[in-house]
Amino acid sequence: MAVVFQKTKGLTDKQTHYCPGCTHGIIHRLVAEVLEELGVLGEAIGVAPVGCSVLAYEYFNCDMQEASHGRAPAVATGIKRVHPDKVVFTYQGDGDLASIGTAEIVHVAHRGEKITTIFVNNAIYGMTGGQMAPTTLIGQRATTAPLGRTVEHSGMPLRVSEMLATINGAAYVERVAVNTPANVRKAKKAIKNAFQCQLDGKGFSIIEVLSTCPTNWGMTPIDALKWLENNMIPYYPIGNLRTPEVEE
Amino acid sequence: MAKILMKGNEAIGAAAIKAGCKYFFGYPITPQNELPEYMSRELPKAGGVFLQAESEVAAINMVYGASGAGARVMTSSSSPGIALKQEGITYIAGAELPCVIVNIVRGGPGLGGIQPAQSDYNQVTRGGGNGDYKLLVYAPANLQEMVDLMQEAFDAADYYRTPVMMVGDGMIGQIMEPVEFKESVSRFELPEKDWATVGTGNKRKPNIANSLFLDPAELEKHNVKLQEKYATIKANEARYETYNLENAQLVAVAYGTTSRILRNAINELKEKGIEVGMIRPITLWPFPEEAFDQIPASCKGLLSVEMSMGQMVDDLKIVSNGRWPVYFYGRSGGMIPTPAGIIGKIEELIGGAK
Ligand SMILES: Cc1ncc(C[n+]2csc(CCOP(=O)(O)OP(=O)(O)O)c2C)c(N)n1
Ligand code: SF4
Repeated sequence: MAVVFQKTKGLTDKQTHYCPGCTHGIIHRLVAEVLEELGVLGEAIGVAPVGCSVLAYEYFNCDMQEASHGRAPAVATGIKRVHPDKVVFTYQGDGDLASIGTAEIVHVAHRGEKITTIFVNNAIYGMTGGQMAPTTLIGQRATTAPLGRTVEHSGMPLRVSEMLATINGAAYVERVAVNTPANVRKAKKAIKNAFQCQLDGKGFSIIEVLSTCPTNWGMTPIDALKWLENNMIPYYPIGNLRTPEVEE
Repeated sequence: MAKILMKGNEAIGAAAIKAGCKYFFGYPITPQNELPEYMSRELPKAGGVFLQAESEVAAINMVYGASGAGARVMTSSSSPGIALKQEGITYIAGAELPCVIVNIVRGGPGLGGIQPAQSDYNQVTRGGGNGDYKLLVYAPANLQEMVDLMQEAFDAADYYRTPVMMVGDGMIGQIMEPVEFKESVSRFELPEKDWATVGTGNKRKPNIANSLFLDPAELEKHNVKLQEKYATIKANEARYETYNLENAQLVAVAYGTTSRILRNAINELKEKGIEVGMIRPITLWPFPEEAFDQIPASCKGLLSVEMSMGQMVDDLKIVSNGRWPVYFYGRSGGMIPTPAGIIGKIEELIGGAK
């Protein structure tokens, strides 16, 4: 019988610890499939963050390093400078990347470090129990914004990809979502482009993936996907923000 | 090789490159700037990479990444910058990665000053980061010793898979002295870094650099393993020098450049017929406890001489364990102890002991 579907070699057999309906799992699979399809699994060195995906080093079937909170881009820089011929990536949440790790993400882009970052934006701190992130939407409730985020108190949510797209060294910047099958397919294409950009030596590449956190959003997985579509995508528009081709 | 006159910070860089250091990540801070400047010029010639990071935090995490990827790697800074690196240092210790960290100490607390000090003793020996970890800490007294110890520092880091710190007060960084780069044979048999993350090549199971152990039993097991390693380091790596211990009425303890001032004071006192011995720790951790077993019965007390308000003095009390009274003399903030100041203190103590 013909094989219709097979789990990617890019993931280990370890069962993930993610909550039911959490889209971290989909994003892991997309990254792993891309690494396998590009034939670079054996050349890949990944960096896991501090956040719900802290155990990513147990799930990706390639060499991995576990970074401290927010510092994955610096760790990846150290790896890439030692092994410029290897494929180096970070996988980071929005607390990790957009809050504590802002300096590291800005400067990895600024140097045009030839690594790829998968930035999982779920508009909240998942692992620590639903505190407000810089990406939390106005009116969205969080355990440290019990009445909902307000502009007066916390400012407007940070659009990291738009900010990074202004930096010359950021060769490929795209925001995607994993709320529908069509968007999942587009997300995979973007992730592949980002790794290809690294393989071509063009510079830093980052894919922001809009993701759900049903647990801390207090929703069913289905409602969470709808909430993402109705609330996150309007503020964080999906699409490409920068490709190497448009460079002069 | 012939002796060449070099500035301390540059000699550190030259010694590191000679010891096989290929990667350097750092951030500017006085009084160690000549070291990264030297590395930016010389490392590429040696086939290595120098990178100025956006902060000390980033620099130490680049060291983590490079070390985890199997490289001989170094960073340097001065006190406030070393304070910032502490999180990265405990992660490196926890993940059992080798590296050398140079701290050219300046006065604190806070922004402090830019003149020589030894006020980071507690930070380097007690661990400024979280958790049960130790650094192997060398504190050379002159440039030749610093140069000689550099190979040892990198080898020990690789052998024990642990971060090693080279501590110099600001004087070691700024002073110019003749140094000779000797050919040395490593004391250690260094195994292949088969744990490094270099890509599996689809030939083996993934390697992982990590300090996270969510299962308490696993974390305790990891800690027990680390402690066994530290016990081995303690047994094998403590280094010290003794001077004029015979018939000493008092034994003074000092490290780094302070020991050079103390030595002058001891020589002057000898001419006056007062016998004072010296123990000079070359490693601050492990603290050279064994040296204190050589102290003669004539000794009536220990004196800690420091460029701080009194930090190593606590280790003297621990090692004395009631055998001798422990006294302290120190200057701080970039003020350097003088032989006259030390002599005054010793005469006061010995006079009082009469
Ligand atoms: C230095 C430091 N500060 C705080 C924490 C606690 N902490 C762990 S995960 C996390 C937030 C993670 O949120 P995010 O990056 O959004 O990832 P998610 O869990 O949502 O996937 C925080 C603050 C830590 N481990 N280290
Ligand atoms: S807490 Fe949220 S982000 Fe974390 S695993 Fe659960 S659903 Fe996913």
